[in-house]
Amino acid sequence: MAERHRRPSLRRRLRHAVSLAVALCLLGGVHALLVPTAPVAQADDPALVREGRALYDGSCITCHGTNLQGVPDRGPSLVGAGEAAVYFQVSTGRMPLAEQGAQAQRKPPRFTPSQIDALGALVQATGGGPVTPSAEEARPGEDISRGGHLFRLNCAQCHNFTGRGGALSDGKVAPSLEPATPDQVYSAMLTGPGNMPVFADSQLSPEEKRNIIAYIETVKDTDGASPGGHSLGGFGPVPEGLVAFAIGLAALVGLSLWIGSRQ
Amino acid sequence: MSGDGVTGRGYRPHRRTPTAAVARGVERRFQIAGLFRHQVNKVFPWHFSFLWGEIALYSFVVLVGSGVFLTLFYVPSMDELVYQGSYVPTSGLEGSRAWISTMQLSIDVRGGLFVRQLHHWSALVFLAAVMLHMGRIFFTGAYRAPREINWFLGVAMLVLAIFEGYLGYSMIDDLLSGTGVRIFSGILLSVPVIGTWLHWLVFSGEYPGEIVVERFFIAHVLLIPAILAGLIVLHLAVVWYQKHTQFAGPPAGEGNVVGNRTLPVFSLHSVSMLLGVTGVLGLLAGVAQINPIFHYGPYNPTQVSNGSQPDWYALWLIGSLKLFPRVDIAVFGRYTVPAGFWAGVAIPLVLILLLLAWPLVDRLRTRDRELHNLLDRPRDDAARTAIGVMALTFWGVLTVAGADDIAATVFQIPLEGLRWAERGALLILPPLAYVITRRVCLRLQRSDRDALAGGVATGIVEETTEGTYRSVQQPFVGVDPEGGEHPPRYDGARIPKVPAREHAEGSS
Repeated sequence: MAERHRRPSLRRRLRHAVSLAVALCLLGGVHALLVPTAPVAQADDPALVREGRALYDGSCITCHGTNLQGVPDRGPSLVGAGEAAVYFQVSTGRMPLAEQGAQAQRKPPRFTPSQIDALGALVQATGGGPVTPSAEEARPGEDISRGGHLFRLNCAQCHNFTGRGGALSDGKVAPSLEPATPDQVYSAMLTGPGNMPVFADSQLSPEEKRNIIAYIETVKDTDGASPGGHSLGGFGPVPEGLVAFAIGLAALVGLSLWIGSRQ
Repeated sequence: MSGDGVTGRGYRPHRRTPTAAVARGVERRFQIAGLFRHQVNKVFPWHFSFLWGEIALYSFVVLVGSGVFLTLFYVPSMDELVYQGSYVPTSGLEGSRAWISTMQLSIDVRGGLFVRQLHHWSALVFLAAVMLHMGRIFFTGAYRAPREINWFLGVAMLVLAIFEGYLGYSMIDDLLSGTGVRIFSGILLSVPVIGTWLHWLVFSGEYPGEIVVERFFIAHVLLIPAILAGLIVLHLAVVWYQKHTQFAGPPAGEGNVVGNRTLPVFSLHSVSMLLGVTGVLGLLAGVAQINPIFHYGPYNPTQVSNGSQPDWYALWLIGSLKLFPRVDIAVFGRYTVPAGFWAGVAIPLVLILLLLAWPLVDRLRTRDRELHNLLDRPRDDAARTAIGVMALTFWGVLTVAGADDIAATVFQIPLEGLRWAERGALLILPPLAYVITRRVCLRLQRSDRDALAGGVATGIVEETTEGTYRSVQQPFVGVDPEGGEHPPRYDGARIPKVPAREHAEGSS
């Protein structure tokens, strides 16, 4: 009992305090070294940002607001959305939106690549965010089968096993990946448009993202992608059943009519 | 309708042909000509819809043939290996030997993919033909006494064939089939009281276990095909023995069989069907890809694809699971029966039992104890036809519901609204189909009666002395056995509504 109430010596307390301070400094230092610097607004080209601002004021301001802060019930805030999100949404034609609906639809893009860069620079200058991958960064990787495995693990539950798309709740859909270019897929993984989650580099490394892109490119509905013949849309048993009836059985009933007419 | 060269005294060839020499040789040794002649002279009634059962039969023949080839390469094992075949997009992936051996037979065996696709397409067409054939039997009343036994055999074969198909694509152990097996496991577990035991009986443990592929294999390649083959032989033997039904019409009646002899016409038609079925299935297998297991990849319980569906004949089961409201019913307030049991076990079981018992239900409905060798035209029994269309509509809505996520994707329809529409359709469309079909049948009956009373339009319009025009009708006349004339009666034969060609030409 008496021992518990005895205060530790001054020297000992000092030693504890010093070691704690050293440990904290070390921890802080390591943290500062390891954690990547937050993407800070880098208005490196004011002219580009100005051009983006002009385009923004013409086409985006109604729904995303004067300061990119978003407008309730119209459009989300773009602060921190990043250049990659702009690239994905505008280069796939999803933005500017044709009409308010469950989900933006892919359509021919309204803006030229240089205009998209300008819009991207504006958004990047307002709160930063993920940067559009370069063509080199989004280049399809080497390991297709690893990419296929990762695709089935992370993407197929919405986009279907060959990326032909699928229905989600509330009228939303996971779109077909058929028309998507490698940079668009990469940007989508970085920014998580619509219902799609963000696949940060800590979840899927850049190499893994590139392998996934390689798999998507391999199974796109082109010559040689379907060793068994026509892919029938790549949706599996439902179109197969339809073909079994509409072509197989229909042809055989026709055959029975033909043979039946020859007594 | 005698065949060429066949007379009452048998076939007498003028020249010594090799066939005749062989036939003589066989006859000297076995003395079976008497028996054989009787069977060869058997007469089969003639209608194109009577060939639909043969589509099923010959699809089954193709299934057996292609299946034997596939068993030479397929390895029923769930041992995990690394795929090292030549298909790059899956190289280096871990999968069961079942999937890897199927990959090898598809990619690295010459003609393997063609035969696998032939097997799968044949399975789809086989079940479609079974259903078509069954529809023909139903709507013409061919299941009635004395042929109920063949209806029972047919329903048994249908159920076996659904299981057979399901086991077949499940034992490949790719991503899609694994998803299907997971649902099967869940349905087994949903059975009250004995569910867990049932699951352990099939899987020998928790899903997926290590043995289910081997068990599916032996059921798929030995057990069910053997039973199916036996039932098919029995089915055909009963048809042969009881004689095929026929449509009414002179001279076909209840007491005779009018048609073609086994040789040469009937067997020639039958062989043509075999060749045609093989050709169509071969074309499908060569042109259209089916069950791309190289795209699905090996089964992995952590993965699933959007739009995972069973083959078409099991879509109605998935549709039932999707449409049934999400309610767990507690019995005595303590024992929960999950919704999956009602939708996945109870409803399918009730539907199949109703299908099986139909000839008995029909006998209660019509109080008909007669034997029937003549077929009805679908319009003749309006209530039966209406019930059939009602049942098909119910099944059809379930099937569409099973495929609705694909429909929602392709046609961009919100899934929730679609599902509620399907729930409504499941309750509203079948009765509506009943009412409409019944009205159509009754109207067709009346049209036949009117035609009988009014005669056939000759296509001639004559001007009366008053200056008006009227169409000239040629009346039907009934003839009784004594040669006397009486007003025509509907006897189940088709009523001609337009004049026969020679008459029309004669009158013009």
